Amino acid sequence: MAEILLTFFIAITAAVPLGWWLARTLMNAPMPGESVFAAIETPLYRALGIDPARGMNWRGYARAFVLSNLVLAVTVFLLLMTQGWLPLNPDGVGGMSWDLALHTMVSFLTNTNQQHYSGQAQLSYLSQLAGIVTLQVVTPMMGLALAAAVLRALVGGRNAAQASEGEPRDVGNYYVDVIRLTLRAFLPVALALSLALSWQGVPSTFEGVAKATPVDASAGMSEQLIPVGPVAPMVAVKQLGTNGGGWYGPNSSFPLENPTPLSNLLQSVALVVFPMAVVLMIGPLTGRRRFAAMVFASMLTMSLALAGFALWAEQAPNAAAVGLAANGAHLEGTEVRLGTGLSALWSTLTTQSSNGAVNAMHDSLNPLAGLVPLVGMLINAVWGGIGCGLVNFIVYVWLAVFLSGLMIGRTPELFGRKLEVREIRLLSLLVILQPLLLLGLGAITLATPTIAGTSNPGFHAVSQVFYEYTSAYANNGSGFEGLGDATLWWNLSCVLALLAGRYACLLIPLAIAASLAGKRVAPVTSASLNVEGPVFAATLLAVIVLLTLLCFLPVLALGPIAEQLALGTTGATP
Amino acid sequence: MSSEVIKRQRHSLAHAPLLPALVDALRKLDPRTQLRNPVMFVVLAGALLTLLLALLAGPGSPGFGFALAVAAILLATVVFANFAESVAEARGRGQAASLRATRSELTGLRVVDGREERVPASALRRGDKVRVTAGELIPADGEIIEGLATINEAAVTGESAPVLREAGTDKSGVIAGTKVLTDSILIEVSADPGDSFLDRMIRLVEGAQRQKTPNELALTVLLSAMTLAFLIVCVSLPPMAGFLGVELDYVMLIALLVCLIPTTIGGLLPAIGIAGMDRAMRANVIAKSGKAVELAGDIDTLLLDKTGTITLGDRQATAFHPMPGVAIRHLARAAALASLADPTPEGKSIVRLADRQGVREALPTDSTVVEFSARLRMSGVDIPGRAPLRKGAPDAITRWVEQAGGHAHAALHMTVEQVARGGATPLVVSEGKEVLGVVALSDIVKSGVRERFARLRGLGVRTVMITGDNPLTAAAIAAQAGVDDFLAEATPEDKLARIRAEQAQGRLVAMVGDGTNDAPALAQADIGLAMNAGTQAAKEAGNMVDLDSDPAKLLDVVEIGKQLLVTRGALTTFSLANDVSKYFAIIPAIFVAGIPSLAALNVMGLSSATHAVLAALIFNALIIPALIPLALRGIRVSAASGDVLLARNLLLWGVGGVILPFPAIKLIDVMLAAVLGA
Repeated sequence: MAEILLTFFIAITAAVPLGWWLARTLMNAPMPGESVFAAIETPLYRALGIDPARGMNWRGYARAFVLSNLVLAVTVFLLLMTQGWLPLNPDGVGGMSWDLALHTMVSFLTNTNQQHYSGQAQLSYLSQLAGIVTLQVVTPMMGLALAAAVLRALVGGRNAAQASEGEPRDVGNYYVDVIRLTLRAFLPVALALSLALSWQGVPSTFEGVAKATPVDASAGMSEQLIPVGPVAPMVAVKQLGTNGGGWYGPNSSFPLENPTPLSNLLQSVALVVFPMAVVLMIGPLTGRRRFAAMVFASMLTMSLALAGFALWAEQAPNAAAVGLAANGAHLEGTEVRLGTGLSALWSTLTTQSSNGAVNAMHDSLNPLAGLVPLVGMLINAVWGGIGCGLVNFIVYVWLAVFLSGLMIGRTPELFGRKLEVREIRLLSLLVILQPLLLLGLGAITLATPTIAGTSNPGFHAVSQVFYEYTSAYANNGSGFEGLGDATLWWNLSCVLALLAGRYACLLIPLAIAASLAGKRVAPVTSASLNVEGPVFAATLLAVIVLLTLLCFLPVLALGPIAEQLALGTTGATP
Repeated sequence: MSSEVIKRQRHSLAHAPLLPALVDALRKLDPRTQLRNPVMFVVLAGALLTLLLALLAGPGSPGFGFALAVAAILLATVVFANFAESVAEARGRGQAASLRATRSELTGLRVVDGREERVPASALRRGDKVRVTAGELIPADGEIIEGLATINEAAVTGESAPVLREAGTDKSGVIAGTKVLTDSILIEVSADPGDSFLDRMIRLVEGAQRQKTPNELALTVLLSAMTLAFLIVCVSLPPMAGFLGVELDYVMLIALLVCLIPTTIGGLLPAIGIAGMDRAMRANVIAKSGKAVELAGDIDTLLLDKTGTITLGDRQATAFHPMPGVAIRHLARAAALASLADPTPEGKSIVRLADRQGVREALPTDSTVVEFSARLRMSGVDIPGRAPLRKGAPDAITRWVEQAGGHAHAALHMTVEQVARGGATPLVVSEGKEVLGVVALSDIVKSGVRERFARLRGLGVRTVMITGDNPLTAAAIAAQAGVDDFLAEATPEDKLARIRAEQAQGRLVAMVGDGTNDAPALAQADIGLAMNAGTQAAKEAGNMVDLDSDPAKLLDVVEIGKQLLVTRGALTTFSLANDVSKYFAIIPAIFVAGIPSLAALNVMGLSSATHAVLAALIFNALIIPALIPLALRGIRVSAASGDVLLARNLLLWGVGGVILPFPAIKLIDVMLAAVLGA
C-alpha cells in the first residue's frame, strides 16, 4: 500500500513542474536553455521550410498532422519490409510479412505499440532505433500537439481577442508544436530516465547477443543466448511516451528490462507522469486553472478507484487454490520479484494511461482484476495517452455539458460557447464508433473460431478477444497475451481499430472544438453551468461510468464477470 | 387576463378529450409518421419483428405466449408515446381553437377606390383596407390607419376593460375578433387568411407540421446515436454467446434492446416541445417560432422601456420647491395658472397638487395660452397685466429668463439636482425674468416590479431600463425599481447601439417594445417581444407578440423556455439511469439458461427469466404515461444558481432514476408471479 501511495505521490510531484514546462513550450515562451534549443530548432525550421510565426486554422493543423503521419507511415513500412538487407542487423533478422509490417507500423504510428511480433527476435537494431524508437518519440508529442490545438480552440484560438464571430481561429502551428515538444520536453526527460535505468542495470549496448554457458548443463543446454542492445533508452521512451512496446517480448516483467525495485518504481511513475502533466498544463495554457483542477481531480478519482479495486481483487488467492495450504495472494503469471501489489498497480496504471507496457501477464490476473485494465481502456480517459487521453476526456466533458446544460435550463455551453446540432452530430459519431468497432469486430472474430486463435476456451477467450480490440482502439497496446494474434485477420482487423482509435478520436474532437471556437461567447452568470465545480465533476463521472457500463456490460458479463462467477461457484474454468 | 377567464380555460384543459387523443395515437402508428422519431421507430420495428417471430414459430411452440406478450407490451409502449403527443396536441389545439373561434364567420366592409363592399374575412388579403364602426367585430389583424376607437379585447385577452387604439400612435394594432365600442376606424389588414400570428402559433402545436427546435434536434441526434449504439450491443451478443455455445432467445434480445434505448425521453420528447408552445400560448404570448421560446431560456440581458413597464407611465407633481425669497403659495399659484390650460396628465397633476395646498385659480378669459413646443421645451400662459408665466425644462427656462434680462437664482441648480436625484423630473417655473422655483414630477414605480426583476436576476437575466430621462432621475428610478442598469436620455439609435454592444459581449438580448421606432431594436435583439397593442412594424420586427401587452410577460417566457430544456434534460437523465436496473433484470434472464452462474446478477430475485423480462418491459412502457402530466406541465424552474439546480436535478432524476426501477420492477414481478404462477 505504501509503495502505491508513494508512486502516486512521486508522479504528481513530478507532473507539476513538467506541466508548467509543457505549457511554456506550447506558448512559445522563453524558458531555461532557450539559446541551446533555439540553435537546434532554427536550422530545422529553415530546412523544413516552416515559418514558426505563422499560425494554422484547424483544417491546416489537421492536414499537417495527417501529412506528417503519412510520410512516417511509408518510411517505417518500407524499413520493416526490407530490414533483412539493411545494416545494423548483427543477428540477421529477416524482413517482415506485409500484414505484420503493416500492423506493426500502424501500431507504433498510432502511439499504441500493440505487438503481434516478439521484439528482440523479429526486429533489427536499425528497425528498433530508426523505426520504432523514432515513432515512440514523435507520436506521443503529435498526440499532445493535437490536444494543445483542441485546448486552444476551446478558448477561442490564439487569435480570440482579434477575431470576430465566425472567423477561423488560429489553433497553433503543428510543426512548431511537435518539434518544440519533442526537443524541449520529451527528449530531456527520456534522457534522464534512460541514464537512471542504465545505472540500475538495464543493458545499453550496440553489441550482438551475449553468450552464456550454464553452470549446470544437465538440462541439455550447453550455451544460452542472451539478447541485449540499447535497451535502457528504449525502455525510458516506451514508459514515458505512453508507448509500451518494450525491447523484450515479456516487456517489463523481464529482469533485464526491469531489474530492481527502484527501476520498477521509476517505470511505474513514468507510466503516468506525462499524462498527468498534460492535465496540469491546461491551467497555464488556457488560463482555466480551476477547470484544470476539476479535470485532474476527476481523473485522479477514477485512477485511485480502479487501482484500489484491482489491488483488492488481486489480493484474493487464485480460485483454483482455495482451500489449499499454500493459500496466499494470487501469484500465477506474476513476476515473483515484484509480487502481487506492484503488478496490480502497474496493470491499472498502464491501462489508465494508454501505455500498455506490462510487468505481469494480464491474462493471468484474477478475472475481476483483469476487468480493471479493460475498464481503464474502455474509458480511455482516466489519464489516457499523452494528449489523446485529455482529448477523450473532453469528449466526455462535452457529453456531460450537454446533459447538465439541459438540466439547468440553458442551451448547453462550455466556456460560453454553445453546443448545437453540428457539434452533437460529430459527438454522436464518437459515441457510435467505439461499440461499433469493439463489439462488431469482437463478434465477427468469435463467430469464426478458426480466426480467433484463442489459447483458452470459454469465458476467458471472450475476454482475450475483446481485450485485444479494446487495447487497439484505446491505442493502449497492452495484450491480454495468450492470443495467437500474428495472423492476417488479427493484423488487419486491429489496423482498422488502431486507425479509428487514433485519427477519428483526435480529429473529430478538433473539428468540434474549432466549430465552437468561432461562436459568440456568452458571459458567465449565476445561472450558467459551472464546469469547474464538484457538482459538474460528479455529473461527468456518472456520465463516464454510465456510458461505459451501458455499452459494454453484456460483453463484460460474458467475459470476466461470468468467469469470476464460474470460478466462485465451481472453483474451475468451464 | 382576468382570473375568471384563467379558471375557465384551466377547467376546460383539465378535461382535454382523452378518447380522440387515443384514436389519434393509434393513427400515428403509421410507420411514416413514426419515422420522425427514430427511438420509437425502433420500438415499433421490434414489436413487429417479435410478432413475426411468434407467428413463424406457430401457436403451441414454447415461448409463443411470451413472444405475444412482449409484442403487445412493445406496441403499447409506442401507443403510449403517441398518446403523449396527441394529448399535448389536443390541449394546444383546444387553446388555439378557443382563440380562433372568435374569428370565424366574421365579415368586413372592404374599401376599394372609395367604394365599400361587405366581404367575408376569408376574402381579405394583406394590404386590404376595411372600415369598422362601433358595435362591429374587427374581421382581421391589422393596423388602424385612420381614426381612433375604444375596443373591447376581452375575447382574445380576457381583459374586460376597453382599450384605446389610435392611428399614427404606438397603440394602433388591432386583433381579429375584438369589438369596436365607439367611433369608426379604417384598418389596413396585415396578414393573409391562415397566416396571422395566431395561425402560425397553431402550427407550432400541431405535431405534423411542427419544426423541431434547435436543442430538440440536437437531443434527437444524440438519442438516435445512443439507440444505434445499443442496437450494436444487442446485435453483437448472439455471435459472442454462440462462441460459448449459448443460444440466445431473440425475443429476449429485442426486449433488451427496447429496455436500453432511451424510450422514456424518446417517447415524451414531442409532447414536451408541444406543451412548451402551449404554455406560451396560455400565457397569451404568440411566438412566431418554437426556436424563439426555447431561446428565451438563454436570455442574459433584458432591455425595457421605463414608461408603462417599470413606472405607471404618467408623471405626477409631488412637491413645490420655491427659490429662496419666494413664498411656496406664490410658486403654487404661478405653476397652477401656467398649467390650467395644459391637457396632459402632468399639467393636470400640478393643478391638483396646488389644489391640495389650498390654491385655487381660474384663468382670466383674455389670457393667451402658450402651448408646449418641442423646440422651446416649455409652455405657459400670458395674462394681461402680469409678467409671462412659463414652466419647462431647467435649461430652457434658464435661457428664457436670461433672454428677458434676468438671471436664475444660484440655488436653482442645486434644487434641480436634488429633485432629479430623488428620481423625479424637475420642472422649473418662471414669472417674467424671475425664476420662482421647481415642481417635482415623480414617476410612480409599479408595485411588484422589484420582485419580478429579482426573480429575473435569479434566473441569470440582467435588466436594463431605457428612458428619456436625465441620468440622475434615471439612476434614482433604476434604484427604486431594482433594475441592474439603465440607459438615460435614450434615442432609438441608442437602443440599437446598446443591443449591439451587449451582443458583442456575447450576451443574448431580449427587447420589449411597441413603437415603430422600436422596430429596428426589436429586430436586432435575439428575442423581440412586441406588444399586441403596438404598431404593425413593431409586431413584424419582433419574434413574439404579447396579446396582453404586458411588458413584464418576458419573465413568463424565460421560465417557459427554461422549463422546456430542464424537462428534456431531466427525463433524458432519468431514461439513461433507468437502464442500470433493467440490465440487472434482463442480463441474468437472457443468459441464465446457458450460463447458470450469471444468475448471481439477479439481485432483485425476480421469479423467472420470462417474468423478469416482462416486468422490465412493463415498467418501461408504464413509465411513459406516468410521466405525461410532468411532460405537459414542465419541471419547475426555481431561481437558483446553476450548481444548485444541477445538483437537485441530478439527485432527483439521476440517482432517483437509478434507484426507483428496482422496487418497481420487483413489484411488477411479484404481481406477475401471482397472476401467471411461477
